[in-house]
Amino acid sequence: MKFAVIRFPGSNCDRDMLNAILKSGGEADYVDYRETSLEGYDGVLIPGGFSFGDYLRSGAMAAVAPVTKAIVEAAEAGKPVAGICNGFQILTEIGLLPGALIFNDTHTFISRDETLKVTNSRTAFTTGYQPDETVTFPIAHGEGHYYCDDETYDALKRNNQIVLKYTDNPNGSRGDIAGIINEAGNVLGMMPHPERALEALLGSDDGKKIFENMANWEAAHNEIQ
Amino acid sequence: MKFNEPTEQRIKDDKLYTEMGLTDAEYKHVVEILGREPNYTETGIFSVMWSEHCSYKHSKPFLGQFPTSGERVLMGPGEGAGVVDIGDNQAIVFKVESHNHPSAVEPYQGAATGVGGIIRDIVSMGARPIGLLNSLRFGELSEANNRWLLRGVVSGIGGYGNCIGIPTVSGEVEFDSSYDGNPLVNAMCVGVIDHDQIQKGTAKGVGNKVIYVGLKTGRDGIHGATFASEELSEESESKRPSVQIGDPFTGKKLMEATLDAINQPELVGIQDMGAAGLTSSSAEMAAKGESGMALYLDQVPVREDGISPYEMMLSETQERMLLVVKDGTEDKFLKMFDGYELDSAVIGEVTDSDRLELFYEGEKYADIPVQPLSDEAPVYVLEGKNPGVDDKTYDYSKEDLNAAFDALLSHPNHGSKRYIYEQYDNQVGSNTVQKSGFGSGIVRVEGTDKAIAMTVDGKSRYVYADPFNGGKEVVAQAFRDIISTGALPLAMTDCLNYGSPENPESYHQLDASTRGMAEACRTLSTPVVSGNVSLYNESKGTILPTPVIGMVGLIEDVRFMEDVQIQAGDSIYLVGETHKSFAGSQLEKLIDGDISKQERHIDLEIEYSRGMDLRDRLKNGGIKKIAPIGRGGIAIKLAQLAAFHHLGVDASLDMDGEDLFAENASRYIVIGAGGQDIEGAVEIGVLTEDAFKVASRDMTIERSLDAISNTWEGAIPKCMTSVD
Repeated sequence: MKFAVIRFPGSNCDRDMLNAILKSGGEADYVDYRETSLEGYDGVLIPGGFSFGDYLRSGAMAAVAPVTKAIVEAAEAGKPVAGICNGFQILTEIGLLPGALIFNDTHTFISRDETLKVTNSRTAFTTGYQPDETVTFPIAHGEGHYYCDDETYDALKRNNQIVLKYTDNPNGSRGDIAGIINEAGNVLGMMPHPERALEALLGSDDGKKIFENMANWEAAHNEIQ
Repeated sequence: MKFNEPTEQRIKDDKLYTEMGLTDAEYKHVVEILGREPNYTETGIFSVMWSEHCSYKHSKPFLGQFPTSGERVLMGPGEGAGVVDIGDNQAIVFKVESHNHPSAVEPYQGAATGVGGIIRDIVSMGARPIGLLNSLRFGELSEANNRWLLRGVVSGIGGYGNCIGIPTVSGEVEFDSSYDGNPLVNAMCVGVIDHDQIQKGTAKGVGNKVIYVGLKTGRDGIHGATFASEELSEESESKRPSVQIGDPFTGKKLMEATLDAINQPELVGIQDMGAAGLTSSSAEMAAKGESGMALYLDQVPVREDGISPYEMMLSETQERMLLVVKDGTEDKFLKMFDGYELDSAVIGEVTDSDRLELFYEGEKYADIPVQPLSDEAPVYVLEGKNPGVDDKTYDYSKEDLNAAFDALLSHPNHGSKRYIYEQYDNQVGSNTVQKSGFGSGIVRVEGTDKAIAMTVDGKSRYVYADPFNGGKEVVAQAFRDIISTGALPLAMTDCLNYGSPENPESYHQLDASTRGMAEACRTLSTPVVSGNVSLYNESKGTILPTPVIGMVGLIEDVRFMEDVQIQAGDSIYLVGETHKSFAGSQLEKLIDGDISKQERHIDLEIEYSRGMDLRDRLKNGGIKKIAPIGRGGIAIKLAQLAAFHHLGVDASLDMDGEDLFAENASRYIVIGAGGQDIEGAVEIGVLTEDAFKVASRDMTIERSLDAISNTWEGAIPKCMTSVD
């Protein structure tokens, strides 16, 4: 599996994302946001950071970048697409995931280790985690409050699209939501940083499975059938 | 002339140079150097280059005392930052810098640009930043203005550091009324570099081109360096336009572009445009290269029309770098910068004239000999006055020491700093082994098992009590922080924050404390490789003398930290003798309401051997944790340890109750298996599952673990809840 790690001006978790997928057995290249094709890539990773400085609104500028059309095509083709932190914000701005990320209720940036629950381990991203397994991932965001209307929220619940929930909601997210997938199950967006949770020395290695699953997408996909 | 500016004659007659910060004598010297009266642009250039901020005119004599070389020092002071060898052809680059005055009037931007500036210092050396630290001082949080400053400064530091993607891994903060209206904001950055990539800010080779890259120049921050060299006053509010505006998004692009440019063999030299912007970068590069430089200022990318050469040279617009590249290769660099979506332009060339010549649309606006501009800045040696020691004896045996314990633990100086450090991204880069919370920051060097321990520390009350010995203690405290991680202390950087040097007592503090620091640097083998001076820190009064030390250490193999976890049942040791040392202590300020001037003591030989011995024991696994005893003494250190690790303490000490709060040097709390023979140590108790109990001869502190944790955690939040 070869992944495109999309680099926007202001992306700052691009190297972490690339290292994470390489370490998990995948291949990856950086792809500049001005590219218009993602041909030759089997999946897409949208890293965290402050794309375009978060000016206007986080993710808003990236959502209209030249590469966006190719990301949408990859998603529609059923390839794995994962956006972490700013990547999640971008995916909601593009419309590949429902809802929006707004300012934390505290109105401050929050950076700390957060305890989460894997609420759906029957996805190709999360297979291998136990149902409702508790994991620790760092969070680091100012706009991480997941917001959606009632209709969307009901649909997310009905379709089992909520994959990660905070056990102690840090930002006011609706329903404690930390991460969701699309209906088809191949687009993941999450605010916490699993790419920073790959080694016990650094505090947690709970994030490994997510990247291993993406690096072995077909096997992971088969596991949940 | 295109621009309507005061004439040479008017500048002289009306003494307009004094408004820019030049004295009569300095102006006279400028006239001697030029052989004529300076014009408006030239007067502005001399005034910023000779400001305290750029020229260190009052502090130079003191900086000369510091040892600056050592086995591992690859580059000492003089360049943007110091460089220290860490083996395998790698080195670390680091420096601390102040941004006090801007933060006092505009806390968010003042702090943000302080972070941006220190990052550019590191990047312009060719290094990739791996860690940020900050050292902060505010007045007490009971004052609304200080809460406003804290909020603004913290969000400014986070706003810049989080966006640019460098983890903020350590820091320190102290609250004391002497900083009312004059907060201190010192930012430190640590970067990693390969030996062969080390850059110098130099302009060499006649005909080589000068390239400007980064944000377009605007009128922001004009005379910022001069503003930074004055006392703060009521009028300082009106200096808000002297505060620069940070743009971390452009800063991030500029950082990546700079690190790319450094890989190009055609790059001759590079320097960031920090204080005094285009003036200091061009003049210093030309001076180091022993060259002249001609700049065509109409080529400078500008934000609006009509910016004069004077304004351009003095603007402190952020996120800019100045490069010198081999003649004929300039297009390659311009194209590269286009790829990063940054403005860039060729704005001049290196000449053989030994002069800095400025042109605008063919007219000459300045013609200044380079060497005197940068080398002949005045140096002032003033007269200090030692105020002597106060007549005072200490006896706290009759005080309610249990109440004192609660008051200290709930004070923002000793409570958890979570409110602050959780606003900083501390893990971006995925190499942070230890982040803020308890002890130094530790960042692994990408792709290796090596790690860099980094700390920043200041102990201003000790320096106030006894400048000479207090100066030694500040260095020793940083040394203790570093050895506590198992790292070998390598070198340090210093930020000297003091009041006006024209005040004899401040001058004495500067003199005596730097002497003490220099002695400690030699004994502890931590040479000074970079630094910064901030004088005139006076608002409502003079600040406590606050030298801040940033220190780095090397951990050869960080994997020894895996699986080391302190737990209930482990023994607690007190290392080092406790003396009734209360001058500058937290207990003294709490109970007496003031700090007295009294002698303090430190034996640097013991400090060194004890530190190295403990470090060895930690690395060998004999002990699990080292925690230096600082503010608030043994009682507060044990409470912090318990609260941070959610572990109980059951300790009993053969000393008076007041001694639990004594603050003498060279002491540690150490955790490890019981029954060990550690030099200078006494086993005082054990860690437990629950409850906090510390007994002395005449009093016992007994609390539930929850009470300790809640008091410690709530210290800052309880001050910040009110709506300001």
